Amino acid sequence: MIELQAVTKTYWMGKVEVQALRGIDLVVDEGEFVAIMGASGSGKSTLMNIIGCLDVPTSGRYLLDHTDVAKLDDDRLAAIRNRKIGFVFQSFNLIPRTTALHNVEMPLIYAGVADRRRRSIAALTAVGMADRAGHQPTELSGGQQQRAAIARALVTNPAILLADEPTGNLDTASSTEIMKLLGQLNREQGRTIVLITHEPDIAAFAGRVVELRDGLVVGDRRRAA
Amino acid sequence: MNVFEALRIAFGGLLANRLRSALTMLGILIGVSAVILLVAVGNGASVQINNQIQSLGANVIFVYPANAKGAGGVSQGFGTSQTLTMADVDALNSRQQDPDVVAAIPIAQSGGQITYSNQNYFAPTTGTSTAFPQVRDYQIAEGSFFTQDDVLAQRRVVVIGQTVVDNLFAGTDPVGQTIKINRQSFRVIGVFAAKGGTGFGSQDNVVVAPITAVWAYLSGNRGKSVSQIVASASSAGTVSQAETEITTILLQRHQISDPSQADFQIQSQQDILTQANSIATALTLVLGAIAGISLVVGGIGIMNIMLVTVTERTREIGIRKAIGARWRDVLTQFLIEAMVLSGLGGALGIALGAALAFEAPHVPAIASSGFPTPVVSVPSVLLAFGVSVGIGLFFGIYPANRAARLHPIEALRHE
Repeated sequence: MIELQAVTKTYWMGKVEVQALRGIDLVVDEGEFVAIMGASGSGKSTLMNIIGCLDVPTSGRYLLDHTDVAKLDDDRLAAIRNRKIGFVFQSFNLIPRTTALHNVEMPLIYAGVADRRRRSIAALTAVGMADRAGHQPTELSGGQQQRAAIARALVTNPAILLADEPTGNLDTASSTEIMKLLGQLNREQGRTIVLITHEPDIAAFAGRVVELRDGLVVGDRRRAA
Repeated sequence: MNVFEALRIAFGGLLANRLRSALTMLGILIGVSAVILLVAVGNGASVQINNQIQSLGANVIFVYPANAKGAGGVSQGFGTSQTLTMADVDALNSRQQDPDVVAAIPIAQSGGQITYSNQNYFAPTTGTSTAFPQVRDYQIAEGSFFTQDDVLAQRRVVVIGQTVVDNLFAGTDPVGQTIKINRQSFRVIGVFAAKGGTGFGSQDNVVVAPITAVWAYLSGNRGKSVSQIVASASSAGTVSQAETEITTILLQRHQISDPSQADFQIQSQQDILTQANSIATALTLVLGAIAGISLVVGGIGIMNIMLVTVTERTREIGIRKAIGARWRDVLTQFLIEAMVLSGLGGALGIALGAALAFEAPHVPAIASSGFPTPVVSVPSVLLAFGVSVGIGLFFGIYPANRAARLHPIEALRHE
């Protein structure tokens, strides 16, 4: 599903060269639930941006669902993000002044898909938010907003669900709820999930934990099922 | 992304900042309504001028003396020489060489203070011949016009226009009354029916007397001059032939072989109309251009607000890009938002401008001033709306492109 081969990423911050990723090899198979862990500065945000096709690697190859996306232009990357990746962000990132239902419809609008209403309601139902479809983000709790965001990520039926610190802005109860939901989506629907976090408690929900340090993979543990 | 969706987002964005959207629209609204109103005033002035020129009489041709040349050929101004004579008028009336001229009349102008009882008024006194009502298309409302007998006898009789009646005779029947022009007594024998038209060059502000009486009692040392000859052609189609015939006769009579040296000049009503129309068109364009400046200012207001909006919504743009919005999708969204702003402002501006134009004639102060009735033209409405939407497009492109080119990672990080 995801295959990274010797991926590096170098930034220039002014005149200072920053090597965020120094050669990452990583394979994530279909149906896996992987947590990528690391302290701040370990390169995990950069890795997430590359996996999420928000950015392209400086060198190396990145195959997503058998497509090499390392050399695509902005509009092609946008299309890949639309169809193959579902984002779940730390700060939910729902569009303000827009109902949960319409937020969930948004990726389908950009994809030019018909039948949006039915698919969006199905996605909201899958995360237990069908009764809140007509509410705007400000009328929802943090946990509810994150559920709506997960519904938006799922609605295009993407190859992977990419969750970046999805519980970072939630209390413990809501965090557990969201992580259980992700676990359930992985087990029951076979969703491939890549989770970025720095909290071991959260990473513990995943079946595999990849640890990053200074732009390199330093640990890769699979938990016995 | 379809246009309907873009419109929905645009209206959502505008409603979220109602006051700001309204103020931005106000800039375009004022500009468009100014264009509509000022162009309507220009059109109204053009219609008014046309009516006045048409009220000069149908198919009329004016003959003026050429500008007198002083020493060294310096022109002394329009109609300053006295080259036209009563004999010229008689020759034009003979109709032997000018079958297309129905009648020609002499004009001798004399200004003067007119008094009746304790009222006084200033109006030009025109000395002419009996064909005046026919050539200049005046109807007699009351009494009668003077006769050839009156002309031969130099009788001090006048026929006056409605404006003069209104100013001198409050409720009195003017026919039979004696008025004084420059302290000379004249008897009013008739009143012209009003021709309408107000302000400058009104055709109702006239006092007409036999030309012989004007020469004898009013012209003073200017003697028996004819300041102008007015001829009327048999129909609109024969005006140019009649002009040629008049030119031939007068050149012959004045013994001038080179037409460029003619001591007179000819102008038809159509010539005047053409000139007046070109002036009115220029006036309308100038008024429209002045109003157009405010439209540009309104457009800059839109650009400013769109830049603010893009900055405020950077994060939203980031989210949209992360979930698959392409460059084109974001560009369309913000362009449509700018065009909705300017288009709405334009539509409201058209409504306001048209309402002002329609209401202006009903304001007493404006109605009585002789100000032209504004005429709202459909092309100016369509143009104003098109231009306002175009302004949204033009001034929206830069902010929209700035939004569309934002990098998703940086946009998402924006707080």
